[in-house]
Amino acid sequence: MSNGTSVKGGGTFRFGLLLLAFPLMLWLFLLVVLPHIDLFLVSMRERISYGKYEFSLINYIEFFSEPLYWNTYVRTAVMSIFATFLTLVIGFPVSYYIAKFMRGKGKNVLFLMCLIPFWVSELVRTFGWMILLRESGVVSNFLQWSGIADGPVEMLYNDATIMVGLVYTSMLFMIVPLVSVLDSLDDSLIEAGYDLGGNGFTVTRDIVIPHAMPGIASGCIVVFMLTLGNYLTPNLLGGKDSLWFTEQIYTQFITRFNWESGSAFGFLLLVLSSLIVWVGLKLSKQTLSETVG
Amino acid sequence: MADLKLDQIHKSYGAVDVLHGIDLDVKDGEFVVFVGPSGCGKSTLLRIIAGLEDITSGDLMIDGDLVNTKSPRDRGIAMVFQSYALYPHMTVYKNMAFGLKLDKQDKAAIDARVREAARILQLDQLLDRRPSELSGGQRQRVAIGRAIVRQPKVFLFDEPLSNLDAALRVQTRLEIAKLHQELKSTIVYVTHDQVEAMTLADKIVVMNGGNVEQVGSPMQLYHHPQTRFVAGFIGSPAMNFTKVSIDKVEPGKVTVSIPGGTPSVLPFDVDQNELGNQVELGIRPEHLSLGDGGELTVHGEVDVVEKLGDSTYLYLKLANGDRVTVRAPGHSRVKIGETVTASVSAGAAHLFSGGGKAFAKVDCPAEYSADE
Repeated sequence: MSNGTSVKGGGTFRFGLLLLAFPLMLWLFLLVVLPHIDLFLVSMRERISYGKYEFSLINYIEFFSEPLYWNTYVRTAVMSIFATFLTLVIGFPVSYYIAKFMRGKGKNVLFLMCLIPFWVSELVRTFGWMILLRESGVVSNFLQWSGIADGPVEMLYNDATIMVGLVYTSMLFMIVPLVSVLDSLDDSLIEAGYDLGGNGFTVTRDIVIPHAMPGIASGCIVVFMLTLGNYLTPNLLGGKDSLWFTEQIYTQFITRFNWESGSAFGFLLLVLSSLIVWVGLKLSKQTLSETVG
Repeated sequence: MADLKLDQIHKSYGAVDVLHGIDLDVKDGEFVVFVGPSGCGKSTLLRIIAGLEDITSGDLMIDGDLVNTKSPRDRGIAMVFQSYALYPHMTVYKNMAFGLKLDKQDKAAIDARVREAARILQLDQLLDRRPSELSGGQRQRVAIGRAIVRQPKVFLFDEPLSNLDAALRVQTRLEIAKLHQELKSTIVYVTHDQVEAMTLADKIVVMNGGNVEQVGSPMQLYHHPQTRFVAGFIGSPAMNFTKVSIDKVEPGKVTVSIPGGTPSVLPFDVDQNELGNQVELGIRPEHLSLGDGGELTVHGEVDVVEKLGDSTYLYLKLANGDRVTVRAPGHSRVKIGETVTASVSAGAAHLFSGGGKAFAKVDCPAEYSADE
């Protein structure tokens, strides 16, 4: 009797859960799963003539036989990893300061200050950097006025500027998980580290970083994916020389109107980001569920 | 193992002074307990000794060395934290070995010391577990073990039993006492629980509002409290206080009148100036007995009765509104609403001036004295 009731109760519960999850499932299916299936199918065909397609691997072969494509691909991956690393190195001390040194109101104010730039659209923020760094921009004018430079200085359109832009754009996504994970680190654990004979370096290495690992991993995953898939920042700050893989995809789809090739590139980018995230998790001995949860 | 010397230790956070010049001598091998209500500065003082807080002014010496500006690692101390502060990502073994590893000891030596400490604390079977898989009492022992392996000059305990349930607290208290006998090391222990202080300490330091109220052995503090605060803090249930006025002062004798009681002659050395002043009379509940057999009697109506089995606590309301607790035998049949008389021998009484200082007792009877 009681068994029957519990089964019935379980059924109701499951149906309720399904109902609640339905919008999310629909969203995921229509906007993520379906387009990717289509993307994959499109990438695996070759256009023979108008409206006529055949199964082919030509798009992938083209990618590997054209050095510009895979050079851009590798460069984007390397630059993204470096940008992620840089964001971590800059973001960690900032997060540590917010989480461990600030108390009460000051903490909220500092946290808010990290958030404020994100009230403005990414486009506007990137234009902000351009206003500062371009030949006729604020920094260039200041250098000339103060006599440090003789003529206009162009600071846009190089890798360093792209890096600055990428780190700046993704900083918040590193700081939020780091602050929350460092907040959960009991002060007495750090104190015990010093008490047990540690110094700043050993305490950070053996206690703070192992504790912060899930936050570091989740911050790095988000920043890496955002950077790898970023189009605006490399394009505006790096100009024609930026050679970012998303720009290649854009060119295939929009300029060349070659959807087959564009789809293949898009799929390759997905594989790349999944692969690097997987390797990153393996190397840091983290699991995805730990990182997300 | 070493002695510890505090000389005029001051601590302030900005404009707020939390410690107002603490002087203290701790001898080698002594078990010292800092006790006091929360906010009295006892934890801050411990953290200063540990090197986790800076000293605003004053000198701190460990084993004859001035350590004011030394980092925790160079002080030769080991602390057991209230929260245990075990590292969740390390096994019990690694937690205990961590300090030695930082000290760059060789593997065999580390292993020997960790296993020795594990044996003393009965942690042998748990070395491969993580802290999250241990019970509260086991975590506590790991935290102690982590301190032991470092063979420090001074052990520091910060309210180590406060996270344990009552039964485990008593058991762990015994283990800490045994450990002290075994290691014979200097221990500084902070607690707000006067029972822990009484049972563990060689020397108790009672603190209040950033000052040391009194330093002494448990029995000295119990029998000869120098201030009203110490008298009220040490002993459970707390000492009874009631206001009395001084009627007559003679050498070594003072006559006081208790509201609703008869004038009594008490053996205290009191200055003539105190004549007519209001002072406070203190009597411990366990020294009072029902009936009028003693020299000092009180009458009152019983308004609460607590039966503990071995004894019964009667809460009396005196004529002046003050409350007096009496510890009666367990078989007492006194009921709520009855008016009873309780009395005590004059030698058991304590007398405190308006400023809270104890008057000196003359010819203290042996049963109310700490002298052995």
